[in-house]
Amino acid sequence: MGKYWNEKIECMGPEEMRALQSERLVKQVRHVWDNVPYYRAKMEEKGVTPDDIKGIEDLHKLPFLSKADLRDAYPYGLLAKPLSECVRIHSTSGTTGKRVVAFYTQHDVDLWNDCTARAITAAGGSKEDVVQVAYGYGLFTGGAGLDGGSHKVGCLTLPMSSGNTERQIQFMEDLGATILCCTPSYAAYIGETVKKMGKSPDDLKLKAGIFGAEPWTEEMRQEIEKSLGIKAYDIYGLTETSGPGVAFECECQTGMHINEDNFIAEIIDPDTGEVLPDGTKGELVFTAITKEAFPLLRYRTRDICVLTRGKCACGRTLVKMAKPMGRSDDMLIIRGVNVFPSQIESVLLKMSNASPNYQIIVGRENNTDTFEIRVELTEEMFSDTIRSIEELERKIGQDMLSVLGIKAKIRLVEPNSIPRSEGKAKRVIDTRNLV
Amino acid sequence: MSVKQLSIFAENRPGRLSNITHLLAVNGINIRAMSVADTKDFGILRLIVNDADKAVAALREGNCAVTVTSVLAIRIPDRPGGLAAAMQLLYDNNVSVEYMYSAFISEKNGEAYLILRADSNEKAEQAFEGKYHLLSQEELLAM
Ligand SMILES: [Zn+2]
Repeated sequence: MGKYWNEKIECMGPEEMRALQSERLVKQVRHVWDNVPYYRAKMEEKGVTPDDIKGIEDLHKLPFLSKADLRDAYPYGLLAKPLSECVRIHSTSGTTGKRVVAFYTQHDVDLWNDCTARAITAAGGSKEDVVQVAYGYGLFTGGAGLDGGSHKVGCLTLPMSSGNTERQIQFMEDLGATILCCTPSYAAYIGETVKKMGKSPDDLKLKAGIFGAEPWTEEMRQEIEKSLGIKAYDIYGLTETSGPGVAFECECQTGMHINEDNFIAEIIDPDTGEVLPDGTKGELVFTAITKEAFPLLRYRTRDICVLTRGKCACGRTLVKMAKPMGRSDDMLIIRGVNVFPSQIESVLLKMSNASPNYQIIVGRENNTDTFEIRVELTEEMFSDTIRSIEELERKIGQDMLSVLGIKAKIRLVEPNSIPRSEGKAKRVIDTRNLV
Repeated sequence: MSVKQLSIFAENRPGRLSNITHLLAVNGINIRAMSVADTKDFGILRLIVNDADKAVAALREGNCAVTVTSVLAIRIPDRPGGLAAAMQLLYDNNVSVEYMYSAFISEKNGEAYLILRADSNEKAEQAFEGKYHLLSQEELLAM
């Protein structure tokens, strides 16, 4: 029962880590070149061959991958192993084009589980612990990711999935769960429900929580810690890079340690693509150097972030990333789900020949995201009866749900009532103050 | 023989009705009948005006979502049972009323006007044929 899951890696000296990354990168670039014609074409276009990549110092020569590439290559274009070698698929919600579908070999699943095992260990977990996984199970990576890590550490795992909050709390109490894994907003909701049920944190054995998959604030952390009587740890990941566990927080709670032996992190200028020095704010880019089936090289996360190097007070030397401070695209994360304004536009376009003006209003009430879409009624959408307008609202709501994967409140508003600045309507009002 | 009705979508917020009626007033438009159907979030304001085309132009200019619907304006005797007889006639002819409201078009002759939209205005017109007077757009404009 140690403090680290893999002390050798987590506390490795910077030179040694660079050497390990270099070796793995060179091998990975060759693997991708040989097996992913899509990326090979990108490299050729840039005039780069695997021979040009001799170490991490050559990383900047490689072309970027973006969400647009994932869309172009959907579903198998970035696959680097035969499907017969793959054992798992995970996916984000959203329609084709926005949906990310990732593939895993058994080796990839093992590596991923190793990453989340480090996170659980950093949160004080060991084989003595009971880990309640209240992330959704299924295509979403949250449930499987923490479940795998919990098994690896040898914790008694409660695969609750999300929902049915009173039952969650009952299990927590009866079976003595010590570590809770879920989205921060769900943790906050569980905390409120504990109180509503007339219980207190003292009735629970919880000591820690590992919360991720959506942005959350320091205030929220304090609230959750108080309402559940725990220490709350942040965790980061994307389906594109396997899932949660790319980076995890230690007891210092001053940023997340990136599992550098598996992922090389860079910060770039989102406009020029130029690599920026550590400590500078910019877009986070990941290169997966150990994944076999879906090894993305220089994948642009669109998360705006800062990296900090140096030995942490916890003893780890793994580079730390700050909580993402925003996006370099217009993606919103609402109740853990990725939402792009363009998806909303596409639904509205189907309703009306001319795209109606709309506005997305996101807020937070009782630690849950509120999500309203205001749509300016056009004359061709408008007919004379209340019934037909209510029917239209319902129809837009249903279409949004099927395209976005989450429910939005639809409100029809009068033409030209959405304020415009310089002729363009302000598309998003987000009052959550998550940055 | 039908008349043009304007339907205006209005959000439920203070000052909305006053804005719309003001817009019509400054454009010299006379409202002859009006009804409001509303829900929690929005309402539909239905208007019969003397000059529908001019009113639509003014409302569009003022950023209102406005649509024009044909409705019947029938003249019924202003006495007990006047409305009941007209409704019975529609019922006998299998015509359902989508909505109706009374108009303050005429205060003379002891007559009242009723604005009505049926599931089939055509069938309603046939039912009223020879029994009730239906107002035409020209008559409305002249009033
Ligand atoms: Zn640390």
